Amino acid sequence: MMDSTAKTRIVGAALPRKEGIDKLAGRARYVDDIQREGMWYGTTIRSSIPRGLIRSVTFDTSVDWSEFTVVTAADIPGENCIQLIIADQPCLADGKVNHCEEAIVLLAHPDKHKLRAAATAVRVEYDPLPAVLSIEESERQDAIVWGEDNLLKSFLLQKGDVDSAWSTAAHIVEGEYRTGAQEHLYIENNGVIAEYSALDGVTVWGSLQCPYYVHKSLVKVFALPEAKVRVIQTETGGAFGGKEDYPSTLGCHAALLAMKSGHPVKMVYDRMEDLAATTKRHPSRIRHKTAVDKNGKLLAMEIDLATDGGAYSTLSSTVLSRATLHSTGPYVCPNVRVRAKSWATNTVPYGAFRGFGAPQAVFAIERHMDEIAAVLSMDPIELRRRNFLHQGDTTATEQTMREPMILDELMDRALHESDYYAKRKIFARENHTSAIKRGMGVAAFYHGSGFTGSGEVYLNSLAAVDVTPEGKVRVLVSSTEFGQGTNTVLTQIAAEALELDYRDIEMAPPDTGIVPNSGPTVASRTTMVVGRLIERASKQLVAELREHANLEADHTREDFFVACERLRAARGKVLSECRYEAPPGIVWDDQKYQGEAYPAFGWAVYVAQVEVDTVTYSAEVENFWAVQEVGRVMNPVLATGQIEGGVAQGLGYALYEKVIWQDGRMANNQMTNYIMPTAEDIPPIHVFFEQMPYQHGGYGAKGLGELPHDGPAPAILNAIRDATGIGFHSIPLLPEDLFAGLMARSLIEGPATL
Amino acid sequence: MRGNAATHELVAPGNLAAVLELLAHEPDKWTPIAGGTELMVAFAAGRLTTPKLVNLWGISELRFIETTAEEVVIGAGSTFLDLRRNPVIAADLPLLAKASGWIGSIANQSRATIGGNLVNGSPAADSSPALLAYDAEIEIVSTRGKRRVAYSEFHTGYKRNVLAPDELLYAIHLPRRFARHKQYLRKVGTRRAMAISKIALAATALIQDGVVGEIRIASASLAPFPTRLLTVESALLGKPLTQNTIDAARQALLAETKPIDDIRSTAEYRKQVAANLLQEFLLELHGDLHGEGAPR
Amino acid sequence: MSTPLPTFHFSVNGERKQVQTPPMKRLLDVLREDLCLTGTKEGCGEGECGSCSVRMNGELVNSCLVPVLQAEGATIQTVEGLATDGRLHALQEAFLKCGGAQCGICTPGMLMASAQLIDRNPHPSLVEVREALSGNLCRCTGYMRIFESVLAAAASGKAETELAEKHDAR
Repeated sequence: MMDSTAKTRIVGAALPRKEGIDKLAGRARYVDDIQREGMWYGTTIRSSIPRGLIRSVTFDTSVDWSEFTVVTAADIPGENCIQLIIADQPCLADGKVNHCEEAIVLLAHPDKHKLRAAATAVRVEYDPLPAVLSIEESERQDAIVWGEDNLLKSFLLQKGDVDSAWSTAAHIVEGEYRTGAQEHLYIENNGVIAEYSALDGVTVWGSLQCPYYVHKSLVKVFALPEAKVRVIQTETGGAFGGKEDYPSTLGCHAALLAMKSGHPVKMVYDRMEDLAATTKRHPSRIRHKTAVDKNGKLLAMEIDLATDGGAYSTLSSTVLSRATLHSTGPYVCPNVRVRAKSWATNTVPYGAFRGFGAPQAVFAIERHMDEIAAVLSMDPIELRRRNFLHQGDTTATEQTMREPMILDELMDRALHESDYYAKRKIFARENHTSAIKRGMGVAAFYHGSGFTGSGEVYLNSLAAVDVTPEGKVRVLVSSTEFGQGTNTVLTQIAAEALELDYRDIEMAPPDTGIVPNSGPTVASRTTMVVGRLIERASKQLVAELREHANLEADHTREDFFVACERLRAARGKVLSECRYEAPPGIVWDDQKYQGEAYPAFGWAVYVAQVEVDTVTYSAEVENFWAVQEVGRVMNPVLATGQIEGGVAQGLGYALYEKVIWQDGRMANNQMTNYIMPTAEDIPPIHVFFEQMPYQHGGYGAKGLGELPHDGPAPAILNAIRDATGIGFHSIPLLPEDLFAGLMARSLIEGPATL
Repeated sequence: MRGNAATHELVAPGNLAAVLELLAHEPDKWTPIAGGTELMVAFAAGRLTTPKLVNLWGISELRFIETTAEEVVIGAGSTFLDLRRNPVIAADLPLLAKASGWIGSIANQSRATIGGNLVNGSPAADSSPALLAYDAEIEIVSTRGKRRVAYSEFHTGYKRNVLAPDELLYAIHLPRRFARHKQYLRKVGTRRAMAISKIALAATALIQDGVVGEIRIASASLAPFPTRLLTVESALLGKPLTQNTIDAARQALLAETKPIDDIRSTAEYRKQVAANLLQEFLLELHGDLHGEGAPR
Repeated sequence: MSTPLPTFHFSVNGERKQVQTPPMKRLLDVLREDLCLTGTKEGCGEGECGSCSVRMNGELVNSCLVPVLQAEGATIQTVEGLATDGRLHALQEAFLKCGGAQCGICTPGMLMASAQLIDRNPHPSLVEVREALSGNLCRCTGYMRIFESVLAAAASGKAETELAEKHDAR
């Protein structure tokens, strides 16, 4: 029986990052640091229009094309399709294009410079078709650009009887909230190296999150047996979901060039290409209509939730699902209706990004709560407290909160640490005579850990630990490290469960030829689900050694390895595998959208202190408090770093990061004009963890990687509302937008004077 | 990376006379490159169309800061870190010291040169407003000799200036006469560091006998090149500082400036913020006059 | 071109190097390709992200913006030159302890910028640390652990000594 509250010596300790020394010494090898013998380079010719038929592709005769390898859709041996959820995205455009930057032709050559020059000598002519470039245009269905009706996915979530609730309401509050596209901006661009041989098949190395996702697409694109495809993750310089599905496309591209050229091919994007051509966060438009009684109790919520999915569905259905399931906030509401739709447009397909629909949904509900509070002239904190979920309450999907709920305690802590009420009072007084207006804002939220409903059953993850004859214990998982701490946390868990030292454990190479499929490294599932598998596999091995290899209780390291050799002599190897077992009671109805949406939830209250400069109309976050409960914390330094990093990204999402579209293309595709916060822009971030171990997670862990990106934007905009009295409903909120709002108000109030 | 090093010639004659000879010999064929913080960005983006470049980095005759009783003379090859580290600039030309800290980051400031900043001629150039507010003079050199031009006349259009094809920007002369002037400089960018200007305003002013005796107001990103706001200046020159004159100056700015919408910002925002910065400066000036301290 | 490529000479991490290459080749590419020192990274090619920062003649520079001709005769330090005889530098120890590196791609540049700061200012304030690192973008950490790492290294009193030792060794 697993005891998630047991005292531990390695789990919970601030052990140094497993691969830290290599990273600090500059020895870690990212894909562009790697050369293969005889390697060529690849590049992509991309669509310059958002939608149309390809009339012709011309190769200028100034180039000696015999030196080059040229690949088009016609060269694809298997299916011209990237495998994800719906098989609608071609690997290479075939006769038509549906978004700017869609890949049409691939070129390879041993000389990078000749390759670049040749790329400019390929001319594509199009017969353009009317393009759909916004949610509204897609909804109008004047042009049908996907399926029968432009609708990539829709959900209907209902609870109780919304329609009869309006008449009983003391107030009905409506609001529309919008979030923009957001770019991951990992500091390492997408890149892969591919090799092909008739004997071994396809091998792809690359900067990626999910080796088995890439594997799945390669198998289909090349029509090869699974054993003839091998994917190996290289050290990855940031991902955030931007390397969850995109590498499947890039891996297939490089592999096609490798196959046709007979050489290894490296394709590493430069920043301009990565920004313009790869996935981003789904933009959203969320409309709330809420009935409350005179005391602020929520009576009914009607929510219209729309996302822009871009030209192909990729992960739009699951992003929409998570957005739907997070749209009602951490509140009790007896009557709910959420109509959620993801619309196709002729823009670069949107994809996974930390939070995966929750940042959009949480922004809307948490802003809306402050708007409701304003209508009621009620303290926004009190409004939230009156509606918080407690143990025994049911969510919008009728999931009963079985565990004790500590939202009130989290709120208490957040308000205390930030000195929220005292500051609001001071600011309210000082703002009258100050050009700098200051305010405090709060967001309360949850993030569902792991895959929705029966997603984990479907993944059917397999993980293992083994012991080499050289006395090294290996963790065998396809879960990857990209800064968030997979290597460290999983080896800590193994060391703890095997009663060894941290230094005894290493990660097996993230190579589909070596490790089993423990599922993708996404959805804040790794520590909770895969960590649990490693915990079980490790304890299973210890049990095996105790029973069959004379390993005594309270064994030393030396005892352990001696016992392993005994086992190896008997069995031939020392390997302990573990497959996912669903915790009891997970019942989820995918059609009705009811039941246990998530096995566990992280809970949080975030507070932002903001200043708005009425001379420049810019808002800056002065201070930030992040209080959360995410189960057992495996490594406090790593966990704190994850929260701080997520808050920084959320801050960018709220105030700085805008994708500027021109005719379906990202116009600001450079780091000089896609703005993320620098070291001078980030406020002090105060991080606090409460811990309520989750009995089915690795050593009591729940997910934490995505939660911190959900709270900052609404907390910040609520603080801006507090500072200025103006509620802004759209992010990113740039000074130009604040200016428009403040100007509109001052036209009524008159200009400032001496 | 879209540039090809093999298609560019980069020569290093090594001293000023040799560089000038080259420019005289083949005018308009050689692009001077100093710290590279603009040209190398264009190179990497595949946009560096000039095949021939002549190196100015390391030419000590261009990298100096000399002071006399009347002026500070800054060699065009001085980096912004050179400027930040100079005590006379810190004391006598604080707006320039401040602007030097705005350029990119430390790694950019160690390489970007003041000459490059001016010759590149971006309307958002960080050093320009301060130079205009200080009445800077540009010294230009060629094999034909030296000449001087008021900095306010150096730029003639968007990324165009008075340099002839065989000329190099040699030095910037700044008078040391602003010790008693009220000085102001503020930049509004997209973030606190590494930000291109959306709008910047610099001002130096002297109150004499209760009226504005001297005033220079300069801006970045309000026009195709950094400029003095002459109409605003005349709305203030010789006038006392009252609510009326401040309002009139604000109106003059709104009428005089014609900024654009671009990828970074909007015309309307730029105008209004520029007007606010002007007002902020004038209120500070007024506050000083009347001993009120910093206005809120 | 029929003329041979010129040769450039400089020292990297205390070792003399010479490279025959077009003069406009970026120092970043010379380090990574000609000298196989792949610790220095390319994140943007625009001088915005700082992941290519190295120290050249005692100053921090973005190596993606330096044509190798301008590095002639220079003394260059890259991240590979921080550790001595396999022993981590105080900055690297501090980053390891305080969690200053997550994905690690910005880390070499951050270390160079931090080393440059401490070399000139052995006891920096938090404000000074922020400014010194404002040209190094990090997408993973939110910078907080990095500030803590730099301040911890400075407080250890060893960081500047180790850098000074390297100066003497040059």
